[in-house]
Amino acid sequence: MPIALIDGNNFYVSCERVFNPTLENRPVVVLSNNDGCAVARSNEVKALGVKMGTPWFQMKDLARKHGIIALSSNYALYADMSNRMMSVLARYSPDQEIYSIDECFLGFDGFSNYDLEAHAREMRWQVRQWVGIPVCVGIAETKTLAKLANHCAKKSLAGEEGVCDFTRLSVSERSALFATIEVGEVWGIGPRMSRQLADRGIRTVEALRRADPKAIRREFSVVVERTVMELNGVPCLSLEEVAPAKQQIMSSRSFGNNVYDLEPLKEAVASYVATAAEKLRGQGSVAGMIQVYVRTNPHKENAPQYSKGLTIPLPDPSDDTLYLTRVALWGLRRVYRSGFAYQKAGVVLMNLTDAANQQASLFGAHRNNDRVMAVMDCVNAIWGRGTLRSAATGISKSWAMRRERMSPRYTTEWDQLPVAI
Amino acid sequence: MVCGVFSSRGQPTGHGGPVFPESGVIYVPGCPLLAQPVPAGFPSPATDYVETRLSLDEHLIEQEEATFFVRVQGNSMVGFGIHDGDLLVVDRSREPADRSVVIAVVDGQFMVKQVCRGPKGVLLRSSGPGHGDIFVGADQELSVWGVVRWAIHKVV
Repeated sequence: MPIALIDGNNFYVSCERVFNPTLENRPVVVLSNNDGCAVARSNEVKALGVKMGTPWFQMKDLARKHGIIALSSNYALYADMSNRMMSVLARYSPDQEIYSIDECFLGFDGFSNYDLEAHAREMRWQVRQWVGIPVCVGIAETKTLAKLANHCAKKSLAGEEGVCDFTRLSVSERSALFATIEVGEVWGIGPRMSRQLADRGIRTVEALRRADPKAIRREFSVVVERTVMELNGVPCLSLEEVAPAKQQIMSSRSFGNNVYDLEPLKEAVASYVATAAEKLRGQGSVAGMIQVYVRTNPHKENAPQYSKGLTIPLPDPSDDTLYLTRVALWGLRRVYRSGFAYQKAGVVLMNLTDAANQQASLFGAHRNNDRVMAVMDCVNAIWGRGTLRSAATGISKSWAMRRERMSPRYTTEWDQLPVAI
Repeated sequence: MVCGVFSSRGQPTGHGGPVFPESGVIYVPGCPLLAQPVPAGFPSPATDYVETRLSLDEHLIEQEEATFFVRVQGNSMVGFGIHDGDLLVVDRSREPADRSVVIAVVDGQFMVKQVCRGPKGVLLRSSGPGHGDIFVGADQELSVWGVVRWAIHKVV
């Protein structure tokens, strides 16, 4: 079955450009939370040699010289644009796996009479026209190859007009192409694995494709063996149309400014619990354990350092924000020490199980506020996150993220719509 | 049970739905009724005739993924019944036809204009005091962002 991987080009930057055409053809970066480092770069910025993850303060000179425009991440906008893009793409196949905010796989089982390349060009055109986002499409027999084909489309190594279909290439054409691509471009082969493979003389995609899967399994892992098989067109990874329920849910963030006191820390932790618990209920799970942690900034080496976490098992698995908040704040009071400049706090919900088949507790003291939670999720879905929340999350939020360069939430707030004269 | 619905700004929201104090149920528009009190009396004779209430979304939006809302600033299009502060429903899935009202991008700025095709190019027409038309020659690129389908004007 042919598989396509469709992925938005410089997705966050492209979302910003849809509503702010003055950003077109100019160097643009989108910064991570707290305006920390580059998480999306326009082609113009890539051409200046700015790498993914470069801290903003390191780019400032370059930015001044070349007029780089930096924006804070506007996740409300990106999420809405992603939903639009995914639902347009869903029209092109009944099998869709949404892999991340800006990429999805489409399976083409039973499309043998279709000209898939024309199909791909059409979806590319439609996403661009309807949503405004430029995408590239890679088509091949396996997910790993489709990813690689997408890379080739994006870098114009093969295919044309942002579409690359490996199924059209002959065996020798593929070999020649794969021999020009570094092994690190393969899905799942990170920088460390690339170095290990290079030590064994495997530097290109073609070399990895020709490696003996059994030997690779012995030397590395079954995961890399599967990658080799997939590169040879043997599907080992199936399309997962429904994302598997997460085994743990994390919610943490660095603070906008350092936090010293327990009170703002409590507000932050309560907010993180609220976010995590909403996700927990969204996937229909309950948590059996909760971890809470705080730490100072490890990069400030001359400041006193402290880092501490506490994992608390729950007698009754729960998805109740109020209950989980109480437990997390109990844990926070135990890990908190005064006199430190805290930079980050977080909570992790663990031991997740299906809410539907819960085991009754021997003590049975705790009863979930199911209906309160249902109302809370409903209200927050309609009027925005945090409309209805536990008072523990605080009101002033002195610890909240810095997002000084954020564009308006053009599609999710009535008072921030794009303006036309 | 407390049944107030408050916005994050601490004000009671105007669209908080009806509250049934005796049952402790909040009716939230757009969400299924969480727990409907079931009366034991005579069943409603209208039960068999229940139809979905009219929805403005359905009326105004043809292609959900391609529809965006844009706010009008200024009076360059009053002649077309588009006023300062109006809300435009813009559909990016449509091709602009001759005489369509569109959101055009001119020097990086969104403008509401009417497209008038001519032999030598396209005229972007305004219709308000002090607003001129813009001519886009056949050799220039005309950037249409989307086609305006509705202008929603608040009365009074």
